Amino acid sequence: MPNDTVSVTLRRASDVAYARQAAMQTMAAIGASSIKKTKFVTAVSEIARNAVLYGRGGVITFEIVGSGPRRSVVAECMDRGPGIADVALALTEGYSTGSGLGLGLSGAKRLVDRFEIASSALTGTTVTMECFAR
Amino acid sequence: MDTEGVEGVLHAGGTPIVTITGCVIVAIRDDLDDQSVMHLQDELVEEVARRGARGVIIDISALEIVDTFAGRMIGSMAQMARMMNARTILVGMRPAVAMTLVELGMTLVGVETALNADKAMNLIVNDLPPVALAQ
Ligand SMILES: Nc1ncnc2c1ncn2[C@@H]1O[C@H](COP(=O)(O)OP(=O)(O)OP(=O)(O)O)[C@@H](O)[C@H]1O
Ligand SMILES: [Mg+2]
Repeated sequence: MPNDTVSVTLRRASDVAYARQAAMQTMAAIGASSIKKTKFVTAVSEIARNAVLYGRGGVITFEIVGSGPRRSVVAECMDRGPGIADVALALTEGYSTGSGLGLGLSGAKRLVDRFEIASSALTGTTVTMECFAR
Repeated sequence: MDTEGVEGVLHAGGTPIVTITGCVIVAIRDDLDDQSVMHLQDELVEEVARRGARGVIIDISALEIVDTFAGRMIGSMAQMARMMNARTILVGMRPAVAMTLVELGMTLVGVETALNADKAMNLIVNDLPPVALAQ
């Protein structure tokens, strides 16, 4: 691959499906196992949908890092929304300010190998997730 | 497919919904966006009402992921179907999807599972008890 980075703009709900496709393709590119692919793509779907629903849209970027068998995909989802006032509370299972089940954030965190949230009212929310090939 | 017992065929977007001997059957072919999932949910519930169906069978063997949105739609569809006295049975769930649903904490209350559509139809047509609840 000449360029190991791919970005998907998140404006509406249908863009979440494009983010899933990009996530699936990058995981396939590093030869990820089917369970790893499913876990990562599901996590991406949750975070991308949150960016559309609560973050006024944004962009998600996928990058392949490392080499050989320890390659991984790093996804960075950035929005320019209002931020998450209390990240710990938002990560509580069952907490939702919308019509969801409040399982997306906590679930995504469990599904990936590394999960970070940086959020403030000024910058919006950035979620970084990393997933190894197996 | 044997056309005997086929009571109706309709299309929700690109997804065919077939009703056979009181079972509304749909095979979700690939990744659907949220809008299409909602549309499909509506069509399934309406088809259950129109046909007075006793069950809904959703084949998800082609799906590599089921997230909280799709899971929530399946769960609420099952609730609505139940109010119309119809069961909802998911078939062909991939192991990776089952593991992911557990990690997400999705319980899918009221949704049954079966190995394949034939087994699911047998449960519905003969009014057999659920094999296992997708808890
Ligand atoms: N990008 C974001 N910007 C602002 N707030 C957010 C963002 N992502 C999540 N939140 C807040 O955190 C809460 C919890 O998010 P989470 O994804 O766990 O649940 P949900 O989206 O409400 O429901 P589910 O994901 O189960 O459908 C949301 O209801 C919302 O208030
Ligand atoms: Mg969410």
